[in-house]
Amino acid sequence: MAERKLFKGNEAVAEAAVRAGCRFFFGYPITPQNEIPEYMSRRLPEVGGVFLQAESEIAAINMVYGAAGAGGRVMTSSSSPGISLKQEGISYIAGAELPCLIVNMVRGGPGLGGIQAAQSDYFQAVKGGGHGDYHCIVYTPSSVQEMVDLTMQAFDVAERYRMPVMILGDAVLGQMMEPVVLPDPRPTDAASAGWATTGARDGRAPRLINSIYLKPDELFQHNLKLQARFEQAKAAEVRYEAVNTDDADVVLVAYGTTSRVCRSAMDRARAAGVRVGLVRPITVSPFPYQAIADVARTARALLTVEMSLGQMVEDVRLAVCGAAPVHFYGTTGGIVPTASAIAEEARKIAMAEVGK
Amino acid sequence: MKQVYAVPKSLQPQATHYCPGCTHGIAHKLVAETIDELGVRDRAIGVAPVGCAVFAYDYFDCDFQQAAHGRAPAVATGIRRVVPDAVVFTYQGDGDLASIGAAEIIHAAMRGERISVIFINNAVYGMTGGQMAPTTLVGQKTTTSPAGRELGHAGSPIRIAEMLATIPGAAYVARVSLSSPANVARAKKAIRKAFDTQLSGAGFSLVECLSTCPTNWGMAPIEAMEWLEKNMIPYYPLGEFRTPEGGASNG
Repeated sequence: MAERKLFKGNEAVAEAAVRAGCRFFFGYPITPQNEIPEYMSRRLPEVGGVFLQAESEIAAINMVYGAAGAGGRVMTSSSSPGISLKQEGISYIAGAELPCLIVNMVRGGPGLGGIQAAQSDYFQAVKGGGHGDYHCIVYTPSSVQEMVDLTMQAFDVAERYRMPVMILGDAVLGQMMEPVVLPDPRPTDAASAGWATTGARDGRAPRLINSIYLKPDELFQHNLKLQARFEQAKAAEVRYEAVNTDDADVVLVAYGTTSRVCRSAMDRARAAGVRVGLVRPITVSPFPYQAIADVARTARALLTVEMSLGQMVEDVRLAVCGAAPVHFYGTTGGIVPTASAIAEEARKIAMAEVGK
Repeated sequence: MKQVYAVPKSLQPQATHYCPGCTHGIAHKLVAETIDELGVRDRAIGVAPVGCAVFAYDYFDCDFQQAAHGRAPAVATGIRRVVPDAVVFTYQGDGDLASIGAAEIIHAAMRGERISVIFINNAVYGMTGGQMAPTTLVGQKTTTSPAGRELGHAGSPIRIAEMLATIPGAAYVARVSLSSPANVARAKKAIRKAFDTQLSGAGFSLVECLSTCPTNWGMAPIEAMEWLEKNMIPYYPLGEFRTPEGGASNG
C-alpha cells in the first residue's frame, strides 16, 4: 500500500531509490546532502543491499562505475564541490554507456562556496561537466513528492538509455520536510543482463565495459551512437509544467526551488492585475526548448529566474531565438529570491512591454 | 607426444602491442595461468588501468572493465560488492597505482577488499613516453627528470609493498621480479597466493612485479633485465611482506 508520510527531501530521495530497486550506494560526506548516505547506511542492509562510504567522491563515482558495469542498480549523491570531483567518473560512465543515478543537492559556489541553496551548477549538469561529447538526463524536482517520483523513474530511464541520470536539487529541497506518498517497492528487471560483466559463465563470450576508442573513426561512431540515444531521450523524455501561459504577458521560467517562489510571485502579480504565467522545466537536459518557443509566440516577454547569475537563461534565449525579449532575475551565493521582488520585476517588464 | 607447454586458456591467442623485451607479457601469462589452474575463468572479472596495459582486456579471455587512471581499485570494489562470488583482479602500473591512484589502493587495502592487485613497477611512465614515476630511482634519468631524479626536489621513490603491508586488511603483499626464470617462477607462486588469498576470503592481496621498460629506459632487453637486478632490487627488496598466516620473508 502506498503510504503518506512526512519526509525530509534528502531522506525521501534515499527511500524512493530503495523502493525503485537501488541496492548499491557509494558516497562521501558533504553538506547539505548527508541525510542521503546516512539513511542509506541504515536502510540498504535491511534489503540486502550495500552502502559503502568511499575515501573520496572520486572513488565513490568509480565504485558506481564498477557496480553499474557489473549490473547493479546503483547511485551516489553529493553536493556541488563533490559533484565537481565526480565529473571524471561521470564522463567515463557516459562513455562506457552505464546507467546510474547521481543526486546533486546544489550549494553555492564557486570553490568551497557556501552550504545554502543555489542553482549555479546548471552549466555543469546540463552542458557536460566532464570531458567529451556526452549528455546526462537531468531532472529538476521542485517538491519532496516530485523528488520521490523522479527518483522512482530515474533508474528505469538510466537503464533505457544507458546513460547517467542526475537529480539536480538544492539545499532547500534536500532539507525541507513535506508530506509524501511513497510508492510501493518495485522489483528490478534484469536490464543489464545482456551486457554486464558478471563473469563469462555458461560459455558466454567475455564482456567489456570500456570507454577507450583509439581509432578516430571508431570514436566518431561511438559518439554518434551516444548522441543518437540522447536524441531519443529528447523526443521522449522532455518534461515541464506550464501554468497560466495562455493569456500571460510575462512568462516566468524557473525550475526547482525557484519555481516555487515564482508560483507565489505569479499569484501576487495576477492579484495585482498583471498577467503572469510560469513554465517550469522538470527536465533541464533534455531541455523543453519547444515549450518555451511556444510561449514566446504569445507572451510579450519572458523572465528567467534562477539562484545563479544567469545559466539556464542561455537555454531560454536559445529556445526563444529572438521571438520575444528574455529578461533575467537572479540571486546567488545561497540567497533565495523573494516572491515580492520577482512579482515587482514582472510588473515592471509588463508595464514596459505594454507601453511599447 | 607429451605436451609440455601451452598458451594459457585465459589468454586470447594473439600478439600483444607491448614493446620487444617488455615484461608485461610475462605478467599476463602468469595471471592467466593462475586463473586456469584455479578454474575460475568464468567468474573472473579483470580491471584494466590507464597506461601500457590499458588494452589488457584484448589479451585476457574473461570479463573486463577498463578504469579511469588510478581508479581500478575503486572500480574493482564496485564489481566485488555487486558480484560476491566473482574473482576480481586489477592490473596496474606504477603511475596508475602509486601516484594518481594512491588513495584508491590504500583504501581498498584498508577495507580488506577481496581483490587481487597485480602491480607492475617499471620505475617509469611507459605509455606516455618515459616520464618520471613515483617509483623512479634517485638519479634515474627520465624525460621529465633529464638530469636524473633529484632527492631534494622530487623526493624518494615509494615502496608500495612495504607501505601496504602495514595495513591490517592487506592479507597478502609480496614483491617479485620478472627478471630471470627463477624470479618468474617465484612471481608465479606469489600471484597464485594472491588469488588463493582472495578465494579464501582473507582480504586484499597485492603482488608488486619489478618489471622492465627497455624502450623508455633506452636499453636492449637483456641489458634492461640486468639493470633491474642491479638497481631496482637493492631498493625494492623481494619477498613476502604480509601473508594470511602472518609471516613475512625476504628473498
